[in-house]
Amino acid sequence: MTIADLLSIDDLGGADGIEDVLRLTDSFVEVTERSIPRVPALRGKTVASLFYEDSTRTRMSFETAAKRLSADTMSFSVASSSVKKGESLRDTALTIEAMGVDAIVVRHSSSGAPHRVAGWVDAAVVNAGDGWHEHPTQALLDCYTIRQRLGGLGGLHIMIVGDVKHSRVARSDVAAFSALGAEVTLVAPPTLLPPSLEGWPVRVSHDLDTVLPGADVVYLLRMQQERMTEALLPTLREYTTRYGLSRRRAERLGAGAVVMHPGPMNRGVEIAPEVADLPQAAIIDQVRNGVAVRMAVLYLLLGSGPEKVPTAERLVEQAGVA
Amino acid sequence: MTGSLVLKGGRVLDAGGGRDGDVAISGGRIVAIGPDLSGDRVLDAGGCVVAPGLVDLHAHLRQPGHEEAETIETGSRAAALGGFTAVVAMPNTEPAIDGAGVVREVQELGRTALCDVFPAGAITLGRAGHRLAPMAEMAELGVRMFTDDGAGVQDNGLMRRAMEYAAGLPRPVVLAQHCEDGALCGGGHMHEGEWSSRLGIAGQPAEAEELMVMRDIALARLTGARTHFQHLSTAGSLSMVRAARGGGLAVTAEATTHHFTLTHAACASYDPVYKVNPPLRTDADVAAVRQGLAEGAIDAIATDHAPHTQEAKEQPFDEAPPGMLGLETALALALSELDLPIEGVLALLSWQPAAIAGVEDDHGGPVAEGRPANLCVVDPDHAWTVDPARSASRSRNSPYAGRRLRGRVRHTVLRGEPVVVDGEAQR
Repeated sequence: MTIADLLSIDDLGGADGIEDVLRLTDSFVEVTERSIPRVPALRGKTVASLFYEDSTRTRMSFETAAKRLSADTMSFSVASSSVKKGESLRDTALTIEAMGVDAIVVRHSSSGAPHRVAGWVDAAVVNAGDGWHEHPTQALLDCYTIRQRLGGLGGLHIMIVGDVKHSRVARSDVAAFSALGAEVTLVAPPTLLPPSLEGWPVRVSHDLDTVLPGADVVYLLRMQQERMTEALLPTLREYTTRYGLSRRRAERLGAGAVVMHPGPMNRGVEIAPEVADLPQAAIIDQVRNGVAVRMAVLYLLLGSGPEKVPTAERLVEQAGVA
Repeated sequence: MTGSLVLKGGRVLDAGGGRDGDVAISGGRIVAIGPDLSGDRVLDAGGCVVAPGLVDLHAHLRQPGHEEAETIETGSRAAALGGFTAVVAMPNTEPAIDGAGVVREVQELGRTALCDVFPAGAITLGRAGHRLAPMAEMAELGVRMFTDDGAGVQDNGLMRRAMEYAAGLPRPVVLAQHCEDGALCGGGHMHEGEWSSRLGIAGQPAEAEELMVMRDIALARLTGARTHFQHLSTAGSLSMVRAARGGGLAVTAEATTHHFTLTHAACASYDPVYKVNPPLRTDADVAAVRQGLAEGAIDAIATDHAPHTQEAKEQPFDEAPPGMLGLETALALALSELDLPIEGVLALLSWQPAAIAGVEDDHGGPVAEGRPANLCVVDPDHAWTVDPARSASRSRNSPYAGRRLRGRVRHTVLRGEPVVVDGEAQR
C-alpha cells in the first residue's frame, strides 16, 4: 500500500490498509521496547508539525515518533507565528514546505484544513485532528490497543459514548472500527449526535444502561463545558448521571471488557475517578501505542524500504541503507 | 444616420415573441426593426437571438469598501460580458448603502460603468437590524429595492414596521429579504444534513430559511407590502411561496444559478469556493428549484455574484467568507442546465426581474422602436469552457472552473453603445 497523505481513515482503503498499519506498528512496538528505541529508517527526512490548536500530547507523540525514526523535526505553533498577523493557510503551508520538509503534521480547529494543505504542498500531510472531522492516527492507535487486548475487532460490540457530534475521534473510530468488522453503537443524547447519520455503519442508543451489558469496548468521549452554553445539555451533572461511566455501571461490564478514552479525561464527568484506574481501562496503553502507530504512519508515508511491512530486525538493519 | 448601429441578421426575441429582423439603433434608442437595415456600424447577429438586456436582481459589486475584491467598473464589465445591461447592487458595502450619501456615491460610480447600476438600499441602519434606514430619502434618489442582504432582518416587529412604512413612500418599492433565521442557523457554514454531518462542519438547516419565508409571508399579508424573496434554496420555501401566491398574495421570488446546478456534496472537497449563503442544498432542493423555475413559482434567476479575493478563499472552509461569482456564467448555465426554451430563460433573466426591480421603463424590453437600446445578442449554440482566470471580475471564485457550457453572449448594447462586441468588452 502506498498513500500520499493520511487525511482520513478512508485514505487507507479499508480493512487491508488498516491491517497493514497495525502489522507495521507491531514492528515499531518491538523497536520501542529495545534499549535504544531508535531506527534510522527516516534519516535525512524532515517532519514539521503545524499546530493551529494546542495539543501537547498529540504533538509530543508525533515528534517522539519522528525522532525514533531518526527524522529531523521542526514545529510551528500558531501562538508565536505570522498566522496571528493574518497570513492565509496556503501561504503558511507553502512557507513551511519551502524550508524543505517531507511531511507536515497538521492540527487545526477547522474541519478540512489538512485537506486544503494537502492540495497546496507536495510534502506528505498527516491529519493530527481537524475540527469535528477526523483524527485518523487516534483511530489507528485505538484499533491497535483493542487488538492488543482482545485479539481483533471482528464481531466486537463497541459503544462510543458522549459528544459524537463534535468529535473527530468518533468519526475516525466509526470508520476504522466498522472497517475491521466491529459493530459500533453511538450512545448519546440526541443533541450530541450529528444531525444526520445517513451512511454511517452504526446503531444509536440514548440509554447507556440498556446497551452496556453487551459491550466489549466502552469508548468514552471527552465532554466539554461549552456544550452547556449551547443548550445542548441542561447540566453537566445530568450528563454524568445518564452517560457517565460510574463505578456501578463499570461493575456490570464483563471481566474482559475494555474501557477507553482519547484523553484528556474529565475524571468525575464522563468517567468516574476510580474507573479510569481499573484493569479494564486501557487509557495508558492508548497513549503508549500512539507513538508506535505514528512511527508506522510516518514510515508508510516517507519510508523507502523494500518490504511493505518490515520486521523490527529489518528496520534496525536498514542503518546502512538509509 | 450618423453614429447609427445595426444588429444584423438575428432573431428578435422579447416578451411578445420572436421575429426575424435587423435592429437599428441611434441616439441610444431603437429606431427601426426590419429587413435589410443599414447603419454606420454593423454587428453581425447571424444565428443569434437579439433580446432585451439581462437584469440581475442580486449582485455584490463590493464598492465602496471592498475594492480589492470588485469595483463597480470591474463588476459591471463582468455583467456586460454576461449579457446584463442592469444590475441591482446589494447594500452590504462598507459603509452600507443605508442613506442618500452612499446611494449617490454608487450612482455616480455607476454612470461610467458598462451596465446600469441600481443601488438597493438597506432596510436598517448599517444593516444592523436595529433601526430603520431613511428609506424615503433613498427612494427619492431612485432606489426601488430595500434589503439587508447578507443577513435577514431578525426582529419581527421591526420588519413589520419596515413593510408598513414602505407603503407610504413617494414611489413604489419592494422589500427584499435574505431569509435566514440567525438563531436557528447557529453559525452554520453549509447545509445541515448528510454531508455536514460527515464532514464535521457546522450546518444550517433548511428550516432556518423557511422560518423567515413563513414569517415574511405572514407580514406581507398583514401589511400588504410588496415582498420579494431573495435566493430561495429549499423545496419547503418554494412550496410556501407557491401557496401564498395561490392565496392571492403578490410576493415574488428569485433563485440563483448555483442553487439549480450544485449540491452540498460539492463541499466534500472542503474548498470554500463552494461555500455560499444560503448554502448549496440537497438533490431534492435542486430539483424543486428547477421545477419552480419551470412552473413559474420563481420569477427570476439572480446571480448573487459575490466576489472574494483568493486570499480570503485560501482559508479553511469555516473561516472563508461565503459567496461565488455569477455574472459571466448565469445565462449559459440557465441555457445549458434548465430544460427551458430560450424565451423561458430570457423571461427569468430579463423582463421578469426588470419588473421586480422597477426598471422596466429602460430594461427588459420590449425590443421596439423608440425603446432604449439596452440589448444583448446571444448565440445559443456556442459552446465554451469556464475559465475563472479569464473573468473580468477582480476575483476568481467561480465554482464552475472547467465546466463546459452552451450559450454565449456575443454583443451587449448599453443605451446604444456596444459595450461588448464578439465576446470582448470594449472598455
